[in-house]
Parts: sequence; structure tokens; C-alpha cells
Amino acid sequence: MALLDIRQRTGWLFAAVVVSHIILISAQVTTKRGVPVLQEVTFGVFAEMQRGATSAVSSAQDGWQNYFALQQIRQENERLHKEVTQLQLTLQQERTLAQQSRTLQQLLDLKSTSGFETAAANVIGSGADPEFRTITVDKGTQDGLRTDMAVIAPAGVVGRVLMPTSRAAKVQLLIDRDAAAGVMVERSRVSGVITGVGSTEEFGFTAGLVELNYVPGSADVKKGDRVVTSGIDGIYPKGLPVGEIQSAERVAGQWRIRVKPAVDFSSLEAVLVVLKTPDAAAEHAQVATDGDR
Amino acid sequence: MKALGVLAAIALALALQTTMARFIVGGSAAVDLVLVAVVAVALTVGPVGGMLAGSAAGLIQDALASGVVGIGGLAKTIVGFLAGAFGQQFIVTAALPRLVIFVAATVLHGVVFMGLYYVLDLRVFPSPWKALGAQALGNALVGIVAFGIIESLPGIVERRRARRIRR
Repeated sequence: MALLDIRQRTGWLFAAVVVSHIILISAQVTTKRGVPVLQEVTFGVFAEMQRGATSAVSSAQDGWQNYFALQQIRQENERLHKEVTQLQLTLQQERTLAQQSRTLQQLLDLKSTSGFETAAANVIGSGADPEFRTITVDKGTQDGLRTDMAVIAPAGVVGRVLMPTSRAAKVQLLIDRDAAAGVMVERSRVSGVITGVGSTEEFGFTAGLVELNYVPGSADVKKGDRVVTSGIDGIYPKGLPVGEIQSAERVAGQWRIRVKPAVDFSSLEAVLVVLKTPDAAAEHAQVATDGDR
Repeated sequence: MKALGVLAAIALALALQTTMARFIVGGSAAVDLVLVAVVAVALTVGPVGGMLAGSAAGLIQDALASGVVGIGGLAKTIVGFLAGAFGQQFIVTAALPRLVIFVAATVLHGVVFMGLYYVLDLRVFPSPWKALGAQALGNALVGIVAFGIIESLPGIVERRRARRIRR
């Protein structure tokens, strides 16, 4: 009963009476625009309530839609991640193929312009011991490969066939410690012998330097000179690029020359094996003709 | 009984206000007898009674006047409530506290009443503070006298009864 007793809720009663009076006054008074205050206040209050309700509904709707959109975006994101990964893989494969195509194209160009009879071979392996700089190619005696045949790349001399089998061959690289080739300085025509230095401090087929030996102390040699094969060793045809002089120092009256190979041995993929040089072919034809006689 | 007494007091105040007040102080509305009655009721019965009495009396007064119905009602509702609340919290039996309450109630009523008219741009009161001061003084004097009469009424009735019994 205490709840029904208005004397127990004086404040509420007072507020109700005051509000009633305000409503009563508002119903009679008009604003400057001629609209009753009650109407304007009521409209204003309800307009704000409508605005709030609309805003709340819109927020809830947006939140709900965003939640669903977020779910979809998450799935889409995962799908796209997979797609990106797949595309990156495909791109890498395409790049590899493109690089291979370029290499093969360069080899093809070299084959057609060198005038040598050559056999193209893919590099299928490298030497097991870093002290011995060798590679393995996928061509062997079945393809005409013999020991001491020159192996070249578009950039220059790679090395020589060391040990051919029927279907593969081991190639000694020019940078191997035991490798040597007769060369000359292209500018001054000074002859010498290139020998591998090897690179015990580096593992794998990193580009190492080679030494140019047996160059007379009075010879005209300077840094930056191109070094090409001289053909005197009977292995490498004359005129193939070997490298560029990296440093040339005169020690005790003798040249100490370091040459940077023209070929990047770390990225060899395919090579050409020189089966016959034009001179050898002519010589071979001459021998055959003499034999027939 | 109390409600009837309240209604009677308000009715009497309204009747006097509408008929006799203009004769009291030079024809101007220097005394608001209805307000005096509301404050007296509030001090006697408390805030709820004061509020309801103020609300009813103010509305009737507004209806009888040509103003906006509710402004006087609101002003008297607030005054009745606050006077009642004040009367509950403090002992207001001496003349001086009553005088202060009547003055304060009149000022508050005037502020609310004229303020609402002013805010709503319905009417401008020239020199309102002067009129308000005069009315506060008038209300206070009438209120104290009225209170004195009301409080002495039971004693007068008792004395008459006693005289009748002696005879």
C-alpha cells in the first residue's frame, strides 16, 4: 500500500504536476513561427527520438551487414592468399622458363654464329668436392662427346670435357685448380696460359678468378684488357672469350695477372660442347681425301 | 476534513482576491491572497498538500484571469511544494520566520510567474522588482495576520463552549 500512497513519492508527484503544467502552458503558447509550443516541442522530441531510433536501427543493420561482409571478406582473403601463393609459384616457374629460354636462345645464337659443330648439353650436376671445379652435363659419347673437347657458353669458355660416359660427361671448369688454357691478350696479342686458382674459401660454383701466367715482364698488359683463347693448346678454338684482366702487378720483373672469367659459373644451365672446329673439320676432310687416294 | 479545510481556504482566498483585494492597497494587486493561502496551507499540511493546493488555486486563478492557463498554476505549485517542504524541515511558528517564508515565496512566485511570461515572450512587466517587493511585503503582513487568526480560532471556539456550559 505504501507504493500507492502518493505522500511516499512526493518528488515524483511534484514532477508530474510540474510537467502537467508545462504541457498545459505549451498547448496555449505559440512560437514566433505561429506553431504551438507543445506541438513544436513534441515534434522536436519525437523527431530526435525518431532520429535516434533510425540511427540505432541503421547502426545495427550496418553492423550486421559488416559482420557478414567481414565473414565473406575473410573467406575471400583466404582464397586470395592461396591464389597469390599459387600465382607466385607460377610466376617463379615462368621466370625460370623465361631464363632457360633466354639461355637456350643465346646458345642457339652461339651455335649458329660460331661455325663450330657443337652439341648442346644441359648442366645436370656439379662436382661433389669444392676443390675440384667440375660440372656434369647430360650428353655423353653417344652424342659424340670425347675427352678434351671444349665446352663453351654464350659468354665464353667454360672448360673441357674431362670424362665422358655414354650418356653424360664430367666437365672441368676453367676455374679448377688443375685447368689450363692457351690464351692471349686481345689488345696486345700477348700470349700466356690461363690456370685455375680454385677457391678453397668459397664453396659451390661461385665465380672465382683465374691466373694468367707465362706472360713476359715486358709485355703490354693492363687492367681491363680482354683475354681470349689463342688456340695453341689444341683444345679451345681460337678467339673465344675467356675473361677480363682484373689486376696486373709486376712482381720481381714478372707479371702477376688475375683474370675474371667471362662466364658466370654459378649460373650455368646449358652449354655447348665443341665437337669439331672448322679447322679440324677441314683437316679431317683432308685426311679422308688422302686416305681415299 | 483537512482537504475540505484546504479547499475552503483556497475558495475563500479566491473570493476575497477577486472581490476585495483591489480595495486593500490602492486598487493595485499588491497582495496575492491566493498565494498567501497556498503558503499557509503548505506550512500547515506539508509539501504534497501545498503543491496540490497551489496547483488547483493557480489554475483557477489563471482561468479567471486572461493570461495563459498554467503559468500561475506552475508558479504556485512550486511555491506550495517548497514552502511545505521547508515547513516540514524547520520550525516555522514564530512571526519572523513566517514573514521570511512569505517574502521568499512571493519572490519565488513572482520570478517564476513573470519569468515564464518573459521567456515565452507573452508579456513585459514594467519595473517588476518594485511591484514584487511591495507584493512580498503585503503578502507577508497579510499572511502573518491570517495565520494568527487561524491559530486563535480553536481557542475562541473552546472559550465560547466553556461560557455556554457555565450558563
